[in-house]
Amino acid sequence: MTQLISLFTSAVTFGTIIMFGALGEILTEKVGHLNLGVPGIMYMGGISGLLAAFFYQNAGGTSPILGLILSLLACFLGAALGGLIYAFLTITLRANQNVTGLTLTIFGGGVANFFGGSLNALSGGVGQISVALTAQAYRVRIPVLSDAGVIGKLFFSYGFMAYLAIIMAVVMSYFLNRTRPGLHLRAVGENPGTADAAGINVTKYKYLTTCIGAGISGLGGVFYVMDYIKGTWANDGILEGLGWLAVALVIFATWKPLRAIWASYLFGLVYWAYMYIPGLGRSSQEIFKMLPYVVTLVVLIIVSLRKKRENQPPAALGLSYFREER
Amino acid sequence: MSTVTTTREPLIRISKRGGVLPAWKSWGIRLIGLALSLVVCGLLIVALIGINPLKVYGTIIDGALGTSKRTWVTIRDSMTMLCIAVGLAPAFKMRFWNIGAEGQILVGGIATAACMIYLKSLPTFLLLIIMIAVSLLAGAVWGFLPGFFKAKWNTNETLFTLMMNYIALQLTSFFVAKWETPYGSNKVGMINATGHEGWLPNLFSDGFNKDFGWNVVIVLAVTLFMYLYMNKSKHGYEIAVIGDSENTARYAGIRVNKAYVRTIVLSGAICGLAGFIAVSGASHTISTSTAGGRGFTAIIVAWLAQFNSVVMIIFSFLLIILEKGAQAIASQYGLSQEVSEMITGIILFFILGSEFFVNYTLRFRGKKVTK
Repeated sequence: MTQLISLFTSAVTFGTIIMFGALGEILTEKVGHLNLGVPGIMYMGGISGLLAAFFYQNAGGTSPILGLILSLLACFLGAALGGLIYAFLTITLRANQNVTGLTLTIFGGGVANFFGGSLNALSGGVGQISVALTAQAYRVRIPVLSDAGVIGKLFFSYGFMAYLAIIMAVVMSYFLNRTRPGLHLRAVGENPGTADAAGINVTKYKYLTTCIGAGISGLGGVFYVMDYIKGTWANDGILEGLGWLAVALVIFATWKPLRAIWASYLFGLVYWAYMYIPGLGRSSQEIFKMLPYVVTLVVLIIVSLRKKRENQPPAALGLSYFREER
Repeated sequence: MSTVTTTREPLIRISKRGGVLPAWKSWGIRLIGLALSLVVCGLLIVALIGINPLKVYGTIIDGALGTSKRTWVTIRDSMTMLCIAVGLAPAFKMRFWNIGAEGQILVGGIATAACMIYLKSLPTFLLLIIMIAVSLLAGAVWGFLPGFFKAKWNTNETLFTLMMNYIALQLTSFFVAKWETPYGSNKVGMINATGHEGWLPNLFSDGFNKDFGWNVVIVLAVTLFMYLYMNKSKHGYEIAVIGDSENTARYAGIRVNKAYVRTIVLSGAICGLAGFIAVSGASHTISTSTAGGRGFTAIIVAWLAQFNSVVMIIFSFLLIILEKGAQAIASQYGLSQEVSEMITGIILFFILGSEFFVNYTLRFRGKKVTK
């Protein structure tokens, strides 16, 4: 029983990281941009948040809350900056989206690991960077409820960002399906030519959505850095793998924010399942770690087999739009 | 009507260039982009560590080509990169988004390493031939799966190949744990470090690891083959037509689905061969970083070179020289090696952006349009 509970909680924590990544990417893809730079964006978000906390604490800041707010802001801005690079290249300069996204992944990973690895050397310190003070603020649990037995453990033992992710998914679902700007956004993603003719400012929608989407994806990065690995930096490429899982999750959730909630937890369960299956050797554990990817592949194939209209990607996904080109 | 609102002409208008630019002009634009990116990278490095930018470029050249050993390593890594890019080119020319080179390299590498471990009693020549064959086969299988589903049910190949990367990565972890020496290290270590069975030998001298001549020979042979295949064969022509317009190809009677599967199998096989070169010809070991992101970088090499073989050679060298140089800077100043990825990213951004100016022109307000 305790094993099941700990599996569930680690699945939720893990799922939260990729849920943020996937939510941002869903928004971006809904406006017609396949951004393969999610891993890079999550890296940039994570390192920006870490840097803000690092400089705040180095400057003598002692308020965990302020550190948290600063790092959240920096994370969003840093990730949105990655989105802006991507947006400028693919929207204004009409570069190929896949290639630009991959480049962003290389760039973001480089930037993050460079600063994460050499920040202390650059600012004259030694050893590994650590921002325990701010990380604690991220990891504060709900006071009374988190101690309330099994229920408390299952539902209330997470940092605030786990709940933020759920709220964000619900809000995004409402925004996309029930509001006018959401409708416009989807129209741009389905057919930018028609949307343009209807008087929607295609360029504005694309820029705003790509940058905000990137910012949201970046929150996954900061959650990973601050909550998951407790305010340090690990140069092990795990965040990149999580970024690709977020891209996979978008397909798994068939571009629906609400579906991303349970799907991300399911990914978490599948990802950690190997820890709880008795009698696995170290090498066969590795085979079990394939599961999330295999499951995504199966979903990908099933989606393409069934061809249900409501499960298809936005029609203009991956195509750049030039008004004078008919 | 008296209330006529006049809108001013916008400051800058974008229009598509009529016709195709002459080659010198389009490559000139790309070169300008490259030069700009180098300036930006130089400035960035100066801002970070505050040394003379010219000295930075000196260090880069020294780090990549300073000694004959370094030069050979640079050549070796450029050839591996070129092999991957050459493998990816036909798939991408057909607009088949094979993001899965990483996985194809890894399975090729696993197959190679398996031969080195289990078949080391065979004579060297035979062993090398078998290794090449199985690495080609492993890559081909890894390419066949997404190709088959794309042809059959139009499954998105970008995401399919992406997932195949991670399956290959876990497979690699599995074999690393299985073959680890010494026990518990979770590293395979140099395979056959004493007998050198299955190591690609030197071309110009005796022994191993002094020159990497055979890597060059194999990769250039593959490049030549691919050049002829793409430009002189019927298959190559079909690839070009499908890449420009799938509907046209179908109308012209090309069997598109067959071409998809055939091309991606070829593409995967050559990436698998790159895995052979990485394991047998370079690292002599297998790990999860055997592909090390090169499968992604090579996509950009192939794409930016517009699948032109000669340009791919130049780009491969350029990127690897920068990578080695950046690593030299990093180790000299005690910084992270990842500075090279950051620099690579910046350069690629600029070259990607310069593509815009090859295809479009800007017209400024008030300037007469001359045509």
